[in-house]
This record gives sequence, structure tokens and C-alpha cells, in this order.
Amino acid sequence: MSEFASGVWDLYIALVTIVSIVACAVFLKSQSVRKVRAEGETTGHTWDEDLAEYNNPLPKWWSWLFYVTIVFSLIYLVLYPGLGTWPGTLGWSQVGQLKDEQSRAEKQFGPIYQKFATIDVEALKKNPEALAIGQKLFLNNCAQCHASDGAGSRGFPNLTAAAWQWGGDVKTIKTTIAEGRTGVMPPFGASLGEQGVKNVAQYVRSLSGLTADSIRVALGKDIYMQNCVACHGADGKGNPALGAPNLTDKNWLHGSTEPVVIETITKGRTSQMPAHKTVLDEARIHLLTAYVLSLSK
Amino acid sequence: MKLNDATALHEQSLYEVRRKIYPRAVHGAFAAWRWTLVWATQLVFYGGAWVTWNDRQAVLFDIAHRKFYLFGLVFWPQDIIYLTVLLIISALALFLFTAVAGRLWCGYACPQTVYTEIFIWIERAIEGDRNARMRLDKEGFSFTKLFLKTAKHAVWLALALWTGITFVGYFTPIRELVTSAPGAWETFWALFYGFATYGNAGWMREQVCKYMCPYARFQSAMFDKDTLIITYDRARGEPRGKGTGKGDCIDCSICVQVCPTGIDIRDGLQYECIGCAACIDGCDQVMEKIGRPKKLIRYSTTHAMEGRPTRIFRPRVLVYSAILALIAAATAASLYLRVPLKVDVIRDRAAIAREVEGGLIENVYRLQIMNTTEQARAFDINVTGLPGILVWGDNITGVPAAETRMVPVRVRVDAAVPAGSHPIEFTVRALGVAGVEVHESAVFIVR
Repeated sequence: MSEFASGVWDLYIALVTIVSIVACAVFLKSQSVRKVRAEGETTGHTWDEDLAEYNNPLPKWWSWLFYVTIVFSLIYLVLYPGLGTWPGTLGWSQVGQLKDEQSRAEKQFGPIYQKFATIDVEALKKNPEALAIGQKLFLNNCAQCHASDGAGSRGFPNLTAAAWQWGGDVKTIKTTIAEGRTGVMPPFGASLGEQGVKNVAQYVRSLSGLTADSIRVALGKDIYMQNCVACHGADGKGNPALGAPNLTDKNWLHGSTEPVVIETITKGRTSQMPAHKTVLDEARIHLLTAYVLSLSK
Repeated sequence: MKLNDATALHEQSLYEVRRKIYPRAVHGAFAAWRWTLVWATQLVFYGGAWVTWNDRQAVLFDIAHRKFYLFGLVFWPQDIIYLTVLLIISALALFLFTAVAGRLWCGYACPQTVYTEIFIWIERAIEGDRNARMRLDKEGFSFTKLFLKTAKHAVWLALALWTGITFVGYFTPIRELVTSAPGAWETFWALFYGFATYGNAGWMREQVCKYMCPYARFQSAMFDKDTLIITYDRARGEPRGKGTGKGDCIDCSICVQVCPTGIDIRDGLQYECIGCAACIDGCDQVMEKIGRPKKLIRYSTTHAMEGRPTRIFRPRVLVYSAILALIAAATAASLYLRVPLKVDVIRDRAAIAREVEGGLIENVYRLQIMNTTEQARAFDINVTGLPGILVWGDNITGVPAAETRMVPVRVRVDAAVPAGSHPIEFTVRALGVAGVEVHESAVFIVR
């Protein structure tokens, strides 16, 4: 918009506005008197055979209303931004009004959340009022990815399974919500080769009891021990500090079928949980944590 | 301004100063009707706000909580159609009354007429009738005048303020309004409507009808030669005046003096005439006194005045009546059959479909369940439309009185369901209450 904000256009618009208002006043004054042939003149139209209308004058107060609008517009233009870059003597702005309303809303609704801020999460998990508020926060902020029931979908963790990729204690969950997380699984397609990836995939599937080819499982285990233990651990139970998932349970973030597991190993995965500290304050995150923990049964 | 030669041009202001009208008191059959309607409408208006129903105000338009209470009925924002229907019915009823009997509404029931009537009654009680008021306005300053004027405006303002408070009392419970300190907006609107009452009924009066009311301007389009209007029997009355060889009109000008809009009905039908029949009452009294038959001025139709028969049932009346009856019946039926439960189904969009244990396919929905009754209720949620379809987990949910609950619902189907989107139907039913059941269609996606 900056190309329209040069001084010339400001002045031009201001001039047009002022001239229009003055012209309205002059026009009103000039039109308040007219020349007629005789009193009782009709408008000259006839409806429904014989219905005529007298050209009667309007009441005086009607014309005052016009002048009142002119006075109003002048006062308005002094008080509010309307003439070019003139900011108005009231200092009103759209952003200012928004900030005002936000702070008023926070004053009104903040205490509702603050009420629960000092209550222990374990207690909140049994408090229906806290859970109802937590559910609203969840549906508005989290359900887009984690689904309305919190069970997630492909690529978005299931929060109802108690399988915590980054750790399931209160403090860690709060950090996850506030700061967000970036989960990275590096690609191994180039270093392991097609057969190598296939063998590891068989081994990984066998860890959670899925059907697998025993020869490939044996071959895959060797590759796993050399390439995967750093993050997922020798027992395949993962490492919450790195966000490396547990491979021995039934929860598969991206899918458990062989082609999907091969794709995960070959190309790697990058997942992003966005940080919410800019939209949710501590009291809200506290309630949300209680709600999320209440989901895993 | 004197009449000029028809050809000479002269200057005339486009605006005129209002000439104050001093309507003379009038008694008679039609005045009695008007007062009956004043009492009826005002008892309903001033009293209605105080009626209690189900431990709450019977008629309350709770805008803050978006609920309209009308005795046993509770309207939610989703019921806005009933407001539309109410407005359509009101408009059609107005058209019908106008076609049959002219400006009945204006003359007897319009708030502008009713409040003007009340305000003039107060004015008359304090300042006296027409002649006394005209004399008082003409004379110079005196303490008697100051006292009378102050008293009149004080009573007017008190009544107007109470009207404003009562009006706001339909939006904020009136008992709260008068017992606790009212909020800023309540105060503003009470003063606003109070001022509007005082200004319109005390000062503006007939000018509202002449210059502001749109209905006054388009009602002529609904008139025809069979419409009941107030007419002066020219054949019987003219030539007016006293003495032999004159008509029945003795030119006493009572009909002009009682007119609240200050017109002379003997000039024929005019748009200023609000059909109040004050002139009929006034003229009838005079006719009685001079021993002539009444009804020199009367309700009649153009056809009747021309000596032709008046038809009540003409196409426009029949069409208005038919449409009105149809809409009214449909609305009554719809209100009677209304289910006090509303459900919205919102499908989870990001998580399209997921595979769960046993190879079943799961979709997630949010059901917004609105309990529009004033009792807490439990609802069970079921779903139909696909092989093996069922609601997974707890399918019973409680919703407090007149509240809304958002319920996440998991729906599972057989693995055999082919990929694509399939129509399904949710059924939400109130437990233990027959007939409270809502069906909502949705889509199940398999990929």
C-alpha cells in the first residue's frame, strides 16, 4: 500500500472530502427555496386514474437533520482518522481496538483458567469442569492433527495409547506443547541398499510380533545393531530424549505394513509439532496437559 | 400565504415550520374501541415482562446467551426462520387488514397512536382541553404556565422512562433490571427508548405518520374501491352551513378540531388520515344534538358512496387470506412437531481414515449436541449405513439443560468396505423420552 501513501494523495483525498462536505451544505442552503406558480401545486403525476400528490413542503426539522449530518461528519473527522494521514484526536486505531478487546477478554476469561493453575494435574484429570475446558482447548488447538478423539492419524501421534515418543510425564508434555518438537528419522536407503532395507524392515516388524521372514530377520538384526541402536536402542524400545519411537509396541506412527516400513527406512521421516507458547499461556497449557493425560486409559 | 395568480412565479420555502395540532377530546363508540385497544396492548406490554414461567421470565429475548424464551418455547439461533415467518405473517396480516378495512392498525393499535393517545390524555388532564391548551400556549410567561408545563413534561418523562425500562426488561430480566444496578448498555437503551417514546408521543405525534412511516406511504397501493375508509357524505352534507336549503353539515368544524393529524376529512381521502374515526364520533354527537341522522361521516367504501355494492371477497383479499392461512398453519404445525434437540455433525478433516485393530476402518466425527429443553438429558448416539458400522466406545452422553456439548465420536466399519466416500446416518436419541430423535447424514471415508 505504500505507493498510495505519498503526501500528494493524502492531500488530494482530504481536499475531496472537505470540498464535498462544504458543497453539500451549500447545495442544501440553495435548495431550501424554490419558485412555484401557485400554492397547492401537484407533482404533476397521476396514479390510478385520479390520484394526485400535492407538492407540499417538508417539515423544517427535516432540513435540520441534513445539517446535523454535516456537523457530525466534521466532528467525526476531527476525532477519528479520516482525513489523509490525520490520526484523529482520540488516537483510535483498528489495532488499538483489537488489543483493547483482547485485554478485556483476557481480564474476563483469564481467571477461569487461572482458577485451575495451582491444582495438581492428577486432580484435574478427575475434575469434570477442568476436563470440559481442556476439551474445548484441545478441539480448537490440537484436534486438527491429533483428531477430535486424540487418537491421531497417519503421521500424527495417537495421544490415547500412552505411547509417548518424547516422554509422558507432566513436565515433558508441557514442554512438548509449549516449545513444539521436531522428530527426524534420517534416510538409510543409500547406505543399506534395497536388500538391506528389506531385511531391517523384516526385523523391525518382528520386534512388535508382526509376521516376518526368519532368514531376513536374522540378516536384518545385524544391520539394525550397526545402524539403528544409537537412537532406537539395542532392545528397540526407543529413546524419549531423542524422540525415537518404541519399535516393540503396537503403535506405528506412519504405518506398520511392509511397504510403509521400507519407505520409512529408505527415505527417512521428518515430523513437526508446532510450538504453542505464543497462542496458549501457562494456565491453558496446564489444563490441556491434564486433558491429554486423561485421554490415555 | 395568499393564493397568487396561477401564472406568476413566487418564492416558497421547501421546508415549513410545523403547525401544532390541538386535538379536541372526543367520546363515542370508536373512541371507546381505541381505549379498549390502548388498555389491551399496554396491559400486555407493561405486564408481560413480569409474568413468570418455569422459574424464569415467561417472555425473554436473551441476546447475550442467544436464547429466546416464549412461555414453554425456547428458540435458539438456529430457529431464526421462525422470526422470519413471524415478520411475514405480520406483514401479510397488515396487507389483509388494509385491503379490507383500511388503516385499522394505524387508528387503533399502532404504538404511535396508542402512546400519542395516552400522552394527549395526560396533557388534557393537566392543561385542559383544546381551547384551554391553545390559550395557554398563546399567553405569556406566568408561574401557572410554568407549573402546568413542568408537571406535564414530568409525567410524560416518567411514563416514557418506564416504557423504556419495560422494553429493555424483555431483553434483560426485568426483575434484575429494577433491583440491581443496571449495566451501561441497559441504561443506554432504557434512556434511548424512553426518549423515543417521549419525543414521538409528546412532540412528533402526527409527523411520525406523515413523514417517517413507510406504511403510511405504501398503503394506498393496497386500497381499492371496496376498502373501508372514512368518508364524508358529500351528497347529504353539501352545501354546508346553517339555515334552510343547506345540507346536513352545519360547518361546526368539530371534525377538524378532533383530528389528530389536523386534516379536514370533508376534503376527501388523504394520506394523512390514519383512520382513527375521531371525526365520526365528533360528527355523530353534533348530528344527535341537531336532530339529524348520524353517519354523515362514516366508515364506508368508494363503491358504497357511488351507490354500488361493496364486495368484501375480492381476489386480493382471497389471495392474502389464503397465503396467510397457509403460512400460519404451516408454522403452527412446524412448532408443534419441533424436536427439542439439534445435532450438527462435523467430520474430522485432517485425519481422513485410519486402520485400527482387526483391520477395521475408523473415522472420527465431532457431534455438536444441543439440548434445547430446560431439563438435563442423556442421549445415545447410533450410526447406520455401512456393513458392520458402529460407534466405538461410550455412545451415551449427558447434556445439561439448554446447553451444548461437543462430543468426539469414533465410527468403525468392516475392512471389506471399498475405498471411497460413503453416506452414513447418525441417530441421536434422548434416553427415556419418546420421539426426541434427530437424524443427521454424514460421510464415511475409506482410503
